[in-house]
Amino acid sequence: MLTSPEAKRGNNRVSRGEREKHAAIGSLALATRMFLGFTKLEPRVRLLPKPCRDPKETRVALDALAFQMINGLASASGLFFVAAGLSIIFGVTRIVNMAHGAFYMLGLYLAVTLADRLPGPFGYWGGLLLAALAVGLLGAAVEVLLLRRIYHVPELYQLVATFALALILNDAALWIWGPEDLLGPRAPGLKGSIELLGRRLPDYDVFLAFAGPIVLLALHLLMKRTRFGRTVRAATQDREMVAALGINQALLFTAVFALGAFLAGLGGALQTAREPANLNLDLAVLGDAFVVVVIGGMGSIPGAYVAAVLVALVKALCIALGTVEIAGWAFNMTKLTLVAEFLVMALVLVLRPQGLFGRPHGAPARGLASEAPLRPMGGTGRGLAGAALAATLAVPLVATAWAYAPVLALDMLIAVIFAASLHLLMGPGGMASFGHAAYFGLGAYGTALAATGLGLPTVPAFGIGILAAGAGALVFGWFCVRLEGVYLAMLTLAFAQIVWSVAFQWEEVTGGSNGLIGIWPDWPFDSRTGLYLAALAVTVAALSLIRRLIFAPFGHALRAGRDARLRAEASGIDVARIRWLAFLVSGLIAGVAGGLYAFAKGSISPETLTVGRSIDALVMVLLGGLGNPAGPVLGAGAFTLLQDTVMRETDYWRALLGALILALVLLFPGGIAGGRLRR
Amino acid sequence: MRSAAHRLPLLARLAAGAALLLASVAATAPVHAAEPIRIGELNSYKAQPAFLEPYRKAMELAVEQVNAAGGINGRPLELITRDDGGNPGDAVRVAEDLVTREKADVLTGTFLSNVGLAVAGFADKRKVFFLASEPLTDKITWADGNRYTFRLRASTYMQVAMLMPHAVKANKKRWALVYPNYEYGQSAAATFKTLLKAAQPDVEFVAEQATPLGKLDAGAVAQALADAKPDAVFNVLFAADLAKFVREANSRGTLDGTFVVSLLSGEPEYLDPMKDEAPQGWVVTGYPWYAIDTPEHKAFLDAYQKKYGEPPRLGSIVGYTSIISLAEGLKKAGGPDTEKLVEAFKGLAVSGPFGPFTYRASDHQATMGAFVGTLGQKDGKGVMLDPVYVDGASVLPSDAEVEKLRPNRD
Repeated sequence: MLTSPEAKRGNNRVSRGEREKHAAIGSLALATRMFLGFTKLEPRVRLLPKPCRDPKETRVALDALAFQMINGLASASGLFFVAAGLSIIFGVTRIVNMAHGAFYMLGLYLAVTLADRLPGPFGYWGGLLLAALAVGLLGAAVEVLLLRRIYHVPELYQLVATFALALILNDAALWIWGPEDLLGPRAPGLKGSIELLGRRLPDYDVFLAFAGPIVLLALHLLMKRTRFGRTVRAATQDREMVAALGINQALLFTAVFALGAFLAGLGGALQTAREPANLNLDLAVLGDAFVVVVIGGMGSIPGAYVAAVLVALVKALCIALGTVEIAGWAFNMTKLTLVAEFLVMALVLVLRPQGLFGRPHGAPARGLASEAPLRPMGGTGRGLAGAALAATLAVPLVATAWAYAPVLALDMLIAVIFAASLHLLMGPGGMASFGHAAYFGLGAYGTALAATGLGLPTVPAFGIGILAAGAGALVFGWFCVRLEGVYLAMLTLAFAQIVWSVAFQWEEVTGGSNGLIGIWPDWPFDSRTGLYLAALAVTVAALSLIRRLIFAPFGHALRAGRDARLRAEASGIDVARIRWLAFLVSGLIAGVAGGLYAFAKGSISPETLTVGRSIDALVMVLLGGLGNPAGPVLGAGAFTLLQDTVMRETDYWRALLGALILALVLLFPGGIAGGRLRR
Repeated sequence: MRSAAHRLPLLARLAAGAALLLASVAATAPVHAAEPIRIGELNSYKAQPAFLEPYRKAMELAVEQVNAAGGINGRPLELITRDDGGNPGDAVRVAEDLVTREKADVLTGTFLSNVGLAVAGFADKRKVFFLASEPLTDKITWADGNRYTFRLRASTYMQVAMLMPHAVKANKKRWALVYPNYEYGQSAAATFKTLLKAAQPDVEFVAEQATPLGKLDAGAVAQALADAKPDAVFNVLFAADLAKFVREANSRGTLDGTFVVSLLSGEPEYLDPMKDEAPQGWVVTGYPWYAIDTPEHKAFLDAYQKKYGEPPRLGSIVGYTSIISLAEGLKKAGGPDTEKLVEAFKGLAVSGPFGPFTYRASDHQATMGAFVGTLGQKDGKGVMLDPVYVDGASVLPSDAEVEKLRPNRD
């Protein structure tokens, strides 16, 4: 009953949707061209492929291209194993599993270790399987011991828990295997290569290219023909119904999580012959896997395969083309591999918001729909806020004895502003952003460029930074607010990655990977205390603004749109517009944080735009609690303080930080300030 | 009444907390007899453990040796190491922490170029002495060089220039380049092209692969390079990317008969993981600890192996030489006064495991060189054959040229 008006509404919107699509394609094409323009380098160097008039030359060039495409299928299979696991886990449990890359990494480490220990071909291949099974078991243990305890809170908290777990697993790998890269042996029986199109294709690549479709087929049969598969599909459709029919949900979730982890472990183990086990793999793979899952459509296994092939082929194309010459400009296409998958994802999501093979999800399965209305602060709250303000005002007083206090407090304020801006989007707005660093970074770069390049004084430079962030939010927000849930989050991530790659590569303007230095503020902000007090004033202003907005009609409309989009639209609220406005405000405020950051550090680099920073903000907001405007303040403060403390306490600070976050999530399942969310 | 009673204990608790904090601050005020000289060191220990674990060990060895020999005018060295979080923002905070809370007299460390530049900017602003030990970017001593920052390790430019005689001697016409797509790779590739073009004007660059760091699609890249049919390849890939690239190139035969010049590949950190698959015949820069016969290196090697029971890596050389440099500088300056130390470092002569070198007054760059050799195999692992030490001074531009490169010279 509930779905039919939704469907009708969808039909009505087709024409408008079409129009939007065309506008979207145009803008993305422009963005791509701009990006390409930024990578123009050494126009005088003439490189491959030259215009080929000679038919023989053309054939050679086509052979090269064809070979690279076939080659890409091996990479696609590797990507598919990890992505399929992630997709199954998300489809059934709705968990955005941040530890998935760590499972992959552990699979590779275990396989390398076993391959060195077990003799012969049987040992090698048996070792691979054992490694994958061990990772599967670990997945089951994680589900039983950890995730099961937090299923009753909003799904994003499980994201925080798995993020903490990933931190712990990475340090565990460092502890067990040491810091040096471990290169495993080649696969026995598959050390040679075959002749293809005049080139040599390693046997192992052929094997991988076939292994992908075989696993796809196996998974397909598992899902279609077995009782387990039917249950999984049913649970993907409607979890509550499956539970109501008497199926043991706990067991199902454990099995699904173990299967997903097994696939990740297998994907890692199969890379033994191709790359050394190293500690950076977990994050590198996680990003790729997410992209593939989202392009394919969350929960769709064939979608994951098609998406993996698509991403691999686009990359292979970029690599094969090398430097091309267009209208006198030389473009090094290989530089696009840095961001190719995100460009593809942005394009797919704009054209098809649920991914290639995904089904449009209705409302988020269990979001914040049941959240009680926000109430203005009571007496206790006001008292606490007053005390907090008094304490922050007192920081400069202790600065003579403790010069580090304003430094740390300043970092906390910046984190608070940043987290508060994200909270406006996620809490009242109901839009999770995985790429909020884009606006932080735009603010930082805008400020830095205005201060160093244009030589503007501190305050106007700061203003330009905020405007830059706002402009970014205005453009990206327009696309994002049309999507829902995880797809929206992933589109924000794609935009953030695109901005990051521009900052990373546009050496002449942004300073490339090194960034910009020498961005110090003028008097009276050039002392630690001066800048701190200014930041405090800005923080108070930003928090007050957010508070006012939340309790203004705008805030009510925003929350109405979040809780019941159709009803809100029926009562005359233009939900997309309200959300777009929220996106803009959130981006502007994130830009404030970024501008302050640039002045506080005196330097910025593309690191201000990375996924890591976005995730930090996400963790801060969730740690603090979504349902309370004070949440981001507490979350950001606690996170910054924790990180600063653990970094000095132990070499294994990442594991310690992860353990502390886990403890917080288990103790306060709705966030530190989110007691009301507990059921 | 109830609400007031409810609120009071909370405020009281806050006040008590604040008092406790202040008390703990007061309690940590240091009282020492022979005040040590504190070296605040920050580095990306979590992000780059393979290089930095040996680095830290060697620093500790050096501090031990300096203190056993009586320290600096009777004052011992104290080393405080911190993780910089692997990013410039955290690094600047950690640097503040080291200077303000730990009362560090000098700063040293950093691995990543962006972190090194950020800390250099901080040092300039807060007028703190900073010895950048490892970051390779040319900017730290040239374009963005400042009064308070010196750098130990041979820069990207120097490393490329060391290989240049071999590249020119090979006299190959068609060159392909492969490098990680960030400043280090880009500037190495640009320097290589400029220097080679100057020495050999008819050279042709037929392919250029800029790969995402840590995410190399090795098979595709190896094939694309071969498809351009180069006579020679200049490689800047390192770590996991290098091992992947070499394995794919081996099994595809894409580099068979191609002359390869490669940056840093002779460093044990990157060479050892490749075991018996280490490429042969590549001309590389690196650190052949097994083949250096000088007395300075032998003394260092023995002490290091005795203390840790394992051979040193290049990280060990960098860590050890950083501390030795600081000790020499502090002796010359008569203590940790920042301005005196800056003056003392200009032209400071140091003798490290690689032999004597100096910190140039013109650009604050140390002239410590590196070894250039050809890769080969011995007992199933890669080694550098016939390594030759190239003095950094021999490949650096002259003081007059540097003056143009360094706009903010003091």
